[in-house]
Amino acid sequence: MHTLTTLAATLPAHLRADTIAPATETVQAGVFLVGPLLIGLPLLSAAVLLLLGRRADRWGHWLGVLASAGAFVAGAAAFLALLGRPADARVVVVDLGTWLDAGQFQVDAAFRLDPLSLTFVLLVTFVGTLIHVYSVAYMEHDDSRRRFFAYLNLFVAAMLLLVLGDSYLLLFVGWEGVGLASYLLIGFWNHRTPYAVAAKKAFVANRVGDIGLIVAMGIMVAQFGALDFDTVLGGASELSEGTATAMGLMLLLAACGKSAQFPLQSWLGDAMAGPTPVSALIHAATMVTAGVYLIVRSGAVFDAAPTAQLVVVIVGAITLLFGAIVGCAKDDIKKALAASTMSQIGYMVLAAGLGPVGYAFAIFHLVTHGFFKAGMFLGAGSVMHAMDDQVDMRRFGGLARYMVVTWLTFGAGWLAILGIPPFSGFFSKDKIIEAAFVPVDGQPWRAWVFGTVALLGAGITAFYMSRLFFMTFEGQRRWSERSDGSAQHPHEAPRLMTWPMIILAVGSVGLGGFLALGGRFVTWLEPVTGHVEHEEPVLPAWVLIALTLAVVVLGLVLAWRRYAVSQVPVVPPLGTALTRAARVDLYQDSVNDALLVEPGQHLTRSLVFADRAVVDGTVTGVGRATVGLGDLARRVQTGYVRSYAATTVIGLVVLVVAVLVTQS
Amino acid sequence: MNAFTAPEIPWSLLSPALIVLLAAVVGVLVEAFVPARVRRPVQVALGLAAPAAALIAVAALWSGVASDGGTAVVGGSIIVDGPTLVLQGTIALLALLSILVVADRTDTGEDAFAPSAAAVPSSDYEELARRRGLQQTEIYPLLLFAVGGMLIFPAAGDLLTLFVALEVLSLPLYLLTGMARRRRLLSQEAAMKYFLLGAFASAIMLFGIALLYGYSGSLRYSEIAEQALQVTGVDGLLLVGAVLVLTGLLFKVGAVPFHTWTPDVYQGAPTPITGFMAACTKVAAFGALLRLVYVVLPDLEWDLSIVLWTVAIATMVVGTVAALVQTDVKRILAYSSIAHAGFILTGIVALDESAIPAVLFYLLAYGAATIGAFGIVWLVRERSAGSGDEPGAVLGEATRLSQWAGLGRTNPLLAVTFALFLLSFAGIPLTAGFIGKFAVFSAAVEGGAWPLAVVGVLSSAAAAFFYVRIIVLMFFGGAGDGGADEVTGGTSPSVTDEPVEAPTPVGSTATATLVEKATATTTTVVGSEGFAVVAIAVCAVLTVVLGIVPSPVLDLIGDVAQLLP
Repeated sequence: MHTLTTLAATLPAHLRADTIAPATETVQAGVFLVGPLLIGLPLLSAAVLLLLGRRADRWGHWLGVLASAGAFVAGAAAFLALLGRPADARVVVVDLGTWLDAGQFQVDAAFRLDPLSLTFVLLVTFVGTLIHVYSVAYMEHDDSRRRFFAYLNLFVAAMLLLVLGDSYLLLFVGWEGVGLASYLLIGFWNHRTPYAVAAKKAFVANRVGDIGLIVAMGIMVAQFGALDFDTVLGGASELSEGTATAMGLMLLLAACGKSAQFPLQSWLGDAMAGPTPVSALIHAATMVTAGVYLIVRSGAVFDAAPTAQLVVVIVGAITLLFGAIVGCAKDDIKKALAASTMSQIGYMVLAAGLGPVGYAFAIFHLVTHGFFKAGMFLGAGSVMHAMDDQVDMRRFGGLARYMVVTWLTFGAGWLAILGIPPFSGFFSKDKIIEAAFVPVDGQPWRAWVFGTVALLGAGITAFYMSRLFFMTFEGQRRWSERSDGSAQHPHEAPRLMTWPMIILAVGSVGLGGFLALGGRFVTWLEPVTGHVEHEEPVLPAWVLIALTLAVVVLGLVLAWRRYAVSQVPVVPPLGTALTRAARVDLYQDSVNDALLVEPGQHLTRSLVFADRAVVDGTVTGVGRATVGLGDLARRVQTGYVRSYAATTVIGLVVLVVAVLVTQS
Repeated sequence: MNAFTAPEIPWSLLSPALIVLLAAVVGVLVEAFVPARVRRPVQVALGLAAPAAALIAVAALWSGVASDGGTAVVGGSIIVDGPTLVLQGTIALLALLSILVVADRTDTGEDAFAPSAAAVPSSDYEELARRRGLQQTEIYPLLLFAVGGMLIFPAAGDLLTLFVALEVLSLPLYLLTGMARRRRLLSQEAAMKYFLLGAFASAIMLFGIALLYGYSGSLRYSEIAEQALQVTGVDGLLLVGAVLVLTGLLFKVGAVPFHTWTPDVYQGAPTPITGFMAACTKVAAFGALLRLVYVVLPDLEWDLSIVLWTVAIATMVVGTVAALVQTDVKRILAYSSIAHAGFILTGIVALDESAIPAVLFYLLAYGAATIGAFGIVWLVRERSAGSGDEPGAVLGEATRLSQWAGLGRTNPLLAVTFALFLLSFAGIPLTAGFIGKFAVFSAAVEGGAWPLAVVGVLSSAAAAFFYVRIIVLMFFGGAGDGGADEVTGGTSPSVTDEPVEAPTPVGSTATATLVEKATATTTTVVGSEGFAVVAIAVCAVLTVVLGIVPSPVLDLIGDVAQLLP
């Protein structure tokens, strides 16, 4: 802390604490200047790694780890400083001056450090650093490890910018930055065409969402002439309901793109083409949750638009079930986890759509999910590491004995996501289910519908996550031969990989309970989410807890009987129509193809034709005519002085005559 | 009979022109008295110092003129006001840059001028002079005389001074045009044409001056303008006289239909001189035109607008469409300069207050890009293939477009710089050319001449085609790849050995000829002695800086852009 204060003192005068804008009140502690520094550190590291190229190959990955760890230390310092302040003064805006200045419209390069953004900062940098360490070992045999770390650092920087920016525009820069990093990392092994295609798919789906954010910003500029949070969120309550709804729906579209929510969810499964640490960090713990951040951050807008809120809840509920059903049928361990991620984010979006009552729970679940899901992804990576990059769970089985650490850490994550007390997930997910059962605006039907969906989702989650766990670690061995023909010899991963898993497992076990103790986390977020009196759900809380646990245990037992006790066929059985549909993501891609891709391609083809025939035809025609004219001009240019002089005289005479004629 | 009273002459106000003319006279003496060995360094130093000193003199006069709005001196023959100073400063700066290019002998050690201009081309005597390494340093005093004339030209306050300045600037140019080291016959032919047509135009102008004098009884701009106020009905003397004087000036700026000399002369003249002519002469002539149109003829606006509108439109269209079918870089730039004359005329025709600074800015932007572009043309040479008496010798400029193919790969920096100048010509944003075009066209719209602006914008769009074609050729064309492509259809090789432009052969014959011609030599880029690189760099920086932050210069010009009546 002390060093940070000195560091702040060495900054140029105009960056010192005196320029910190009084968002809530004046701040004297220079420690908050670490906000911009947080972003700068990984960004600088990414630049160094990319610019130095192969020269940094030997030590580049450690620089990446160091940058991420440094960002975590800085984030922790800011967190402690914020914690040392009274609850109503925990919103600090660090203004570095005007960034864009276009007449009436101004955007500052300002960063907002408040409980919400710092929660994200800590999650991103802590989990990020662990995953950096893990990647050092995981990517050891890859020629481009340095480039991988450069992209990871770029991602961390962009993600921090996304959550720290004090305006929608700055958020958008980070938003695009994480999209870029995600694209680069999904296609990291882009020499394999399907991976490159997956990267492109993710990029395009995200673009669709980005349009939403851009349109939302357009509405904000039109309404407020500004994009900073204070102006927009402060004025949101005065918006007409139609405008607020439009803004909210556009923000929701953006969130759907980034967080793989229905109907833009199709890219997440394919995004598993990226290296597993990427899946853990970007496509499970952090980036995909940016949509939830956006909705919670824009809470004021949604509060002014009940219709938009209802749509948010519906989208969350659909995605929740969608992901859970898909997760039941996937045999690829990473894709099953991806489906689970989708489903869990569905829970968060649903909670965020419930309004102030749900914001804190959404973020709470986001944090615990960040730990247990990242831990499970790292475990999946460890399994793949042990099994010669095999991802088909039908080819696993009985691995528990061979990789005890992975088994135990994965088990912790599994129990957490199931919501078994006292693991993390119990505290966060149970709260969401409880909140879903609270009637909104005195409409009990919503409580019943969404509550039941959330409850049902918990049961299905228990089934498919147990299926995943049992197929991988329990039952009989169904291993295939290695790619070189030798037998599989599964082995535990090196320490650099196991330690991050262990730390995340500790979080999966205890973080939920720790944060839930005395409503600690909810209180911490109150400066952002606001304080809400707890309303009573339609059923008593203890009934809900009992019900939830009952469906969870039911799902677990079903899975145990089918995938641990009985023989799991190596070749997937035909299955029911629902299974077959779920295997292909409930025909999501076919629907997209039929609805968007095909008509789009027809449209482009006809446009290309029209372009050739009409536009090019006109242009070429004009071009030819012009060239013809030019040839004429060239022929006049004979090279003889006599004809030049004649041209001059004729021109002169014509002009004189013209003047005299028009005169009279 | 009244005794002659000598007018009071405020020497300081005349200093920009006087310094340059004095340096020119000293240069002549240097030729006579300084030993041949050191003559060149002395002449180059003098040639560079004079415009630099003129520039300083302009700067020294600036604040005075900016505060009092300028004065008419020497009995009203010379007018030193804001536009005069801006134009003189522009001319001095561009002249300085041009002389830098002229002074560059490249690493071949040979400058652009014939070792002995008096020698019969290809004669033994010429060969002897070449082997002895003779160099004609007279070009520097000649250049300075021309610059002196140019500095007076836009400041002239009466028609006689205008005419004298015109001759002072023109005569050295006729000479310089004929002094190219390579392709001497082409050069001499160009000089002859330039002289004949120039004399022709001078005569027309002089006739016009006589008519105007006959009408008003005075040569002073202000007095003619006063007389013109009183005109009622048609006065043939006034109108015809005005048209004739305008013709003389339009000839100098290369406006259609008085442009015919431009392509041939630009192509034949030594390349550094072409750059000088294209930039400085145009600035001076447009300066004079600006004053004449805005001071003498505003009351004839309605009568003469048909002339100016016709000429402006024809100039833009002909310059653009003719450039489209050229295959010689120097000729393309020549037609491009004609098109630019049309764009500038658009601003002048507007007769709007905002047009004066717009035109002045355009001239600066255009001049910088022109000198830079011709400076680069000067460095891109042919190298003879294995055969011949001097295998591998560096020859003249590689001006055929096909020879520029692939230059972006072999000389990326040079090609990028050339592309920058071309983009500025085309008026692409972030270059000075864009700001210039924007200012001129918006002035035209404000002045009610929107049809001109429309034609201007359309021509610019069409002109972008041939600029971009060169860029594409440089960066994406293979060596020996002709400029021919789908849109242009059959682009013929320009017959660089004789200026007569043969009718276009079409299709494969053209390409075959091109390839055949291209294989005889290869294209090479010679190193500069440093002068040309400095000039090109300054031009490039000006082009970019004026394109990105034009407001300081626009404000500076705008503050003083008030013509003294």
